[in-house]
Amino acid sequence: MIAHAIFFYTFSIIAVVSAIMVTASKNTVHSVFFLILDFISISCLFIMIGAEFLGMIMLIVYVGAVAVLFLFVVMMLNVAQQKNQWFAGQQSSRHIPVGLIISTLIFFEIIIVIGGWKYKPEIFDINNSISQASISNTHSLGQILYTDYIHVFQISGMILLVAMVGAIVLTFRQRSGVKRQSYIKQISRERAEGVEVLEVQSNKGVKLDD
Amino acid sequence: MEYLSAVFQEVYKILFLLVPVLVSVAMIVWLDRRVWAFVQKRQGPNVVGPFGLLQSLADALKYIFKEIIIPSSSNKVIFILAPIVTMTLALIAWAVIPFSATQVLADINVGILYLFAVSSLGVYGIIMGGWASNSKYPFLGAIRSAAQMVSYEVSIGVIIINVLLCVGSLNLNDIVIAQKNMWFVIPLFPMFVIFFISALAETNRPPFDLPEAEAELVAGYQTEYSGMMYAMFWLGEYANILLMCAMGAILFLGGWMSPIDVYPFTLVPGAIWLILKILLLFILFALVKAIVPRYRYDQLMRLGWKVFLPLSLTWVVLTASYLFYFNLLPVN
Repeated sequence: MIAHAIFFYTFSIIAVVSAIMVTASKNTVHSVFFLILDFISISCLFIMIGAEFLGMIMLIVYVGAVAVLFLFVVMMLNVAQQKNQWFAGQQSSRHIPVGLIISTLIFFEIIIVIGGWKYKPEIFDINNSISQASISNTHSLGQILYTDYIHVFQISGMILLVAMVGAIVLTFRQRSGVKRQSYIKQISRERAEGVEVLEVQSNKGVKLDD
Repeated sequence: MEYLSAVFQEVYKILFLLVPVLVSVAMIVWLDRRVWAFVQKRQGPNVVGPFGLLQSLADALKYIFKEIIIPSSSNKVIFILAPIVTMTLALIAWAVIPFSATQVLADINVGILYLFAVSSLGVYGIIMGGWASNSKYPFLGAIRSAAQMVSYEVSIGVIIINVLLCVGSLNLNDIVIAQKNMWFVIPLFPMFVIFFISALAETNRPPFDLPEAEAELVAGYQTEYSGMMYAMFWLGEYANILLMCAMGAILFLGGWMSPIDVYPFTLVPGAIWLILKILLLFILFALVKAIVPRYRYDQLMRLGWKVFLPLSLTWVVLTASYLFYFNLLPVN
């Protein structure tokens, strides 16, 4: 039990500190690395409460794919230039009210969730379907995700698909004058259309029709 | 006291796993160079020790005594962390590889997801190294590598789903035992081929070694590294290759199971069978390196997204419908 507590507090301290460092560190790339550390320690916490499937999916999806793309974008920024703009300029102050409103909203949401959990546990009672000791975490998740919540699952899939199509449509631009390769054309090229054998007479040369 | 002794027992187990893995990484580098040489009718390393077996150890010794140069304009902490991350990630994945029904360090429920997660984290070592070097070639190499690894992970994930449909469990031992009657390489042969090629791309091996293509990028993300730090990248890379071979052996070639379930073969311990299968896959890796020219970058991306992903997704639908209509779905 003591070991459990030690691990829990280690991971949660790392998670909280790195979450603070995400916003506090001045180098944007460092913030992304702290974000990754945060994701990893949160997935460790998931594993500690027995949700090993969620923990692993967190690692694969967030750390293995989403954070890589974050890092991609952030690395392209010029860090030195950014420092001048964001920390010395005055224009950043108009973002503060929006940020404050959003953070208060999230704060109250968390309070409502935790309060409900504390005082009305039956709302969140999913014991009947999830925590059967005989089947693994992954099986029980699949059993409720693909039966009771199949419509929600499919709708969220559709929303993701729409978002993806939207992102592609927004960033796609047709440029004229770009030469595209056609693999079929390249492969299906015969010797006869590429090579021509000519008899060259001395001192006359060959006239190519071009 | 009891707790401490339990901890020490675990540490012994980890050492008994990691030391052989590290030694076999050194040996596998030698094997790689030998196979490569034999394909080209050369001798390869054959001077140090019997058959040149100690060549890698001599190389490692050389790297240890070389000076580590840290570029003055680099981001020092991340620059030093990068090879450590690569090496650590390549080694921690071995915790879940089963060498027999009982010989496994951590027999966890989601073993295959763990393997997949660790191999998808492997990209960070490369990105960190490339970015922290603060130089053009390493950065280009890191970007290429990140795009390549993320793309090919998708198809590896879909291939894993194919196998999982036939098994009905994420545990690696269950996956091995499910192949008792037939290895998955027979019914899922196209998936095995795609897995093999994606594993080449995932580990940055030729013909997909664009992140370190010496003709274009000097040495890619490793350009600024020297001495032991370079050696750690190198070791991590080969440990990753071995891991991918082990993953292929477990998913498609029946892991630690003997090829035929008859008396003299079943006497051989499972670890030996697994090692033989890993070696078989590794020799294929080495042969590919020797005989195939390097891909162009746009061809690589096209192969990943336009060929492998649709193919493996279609195969998921095929496998699922086959299992469903013939009532073969593993339900427990």
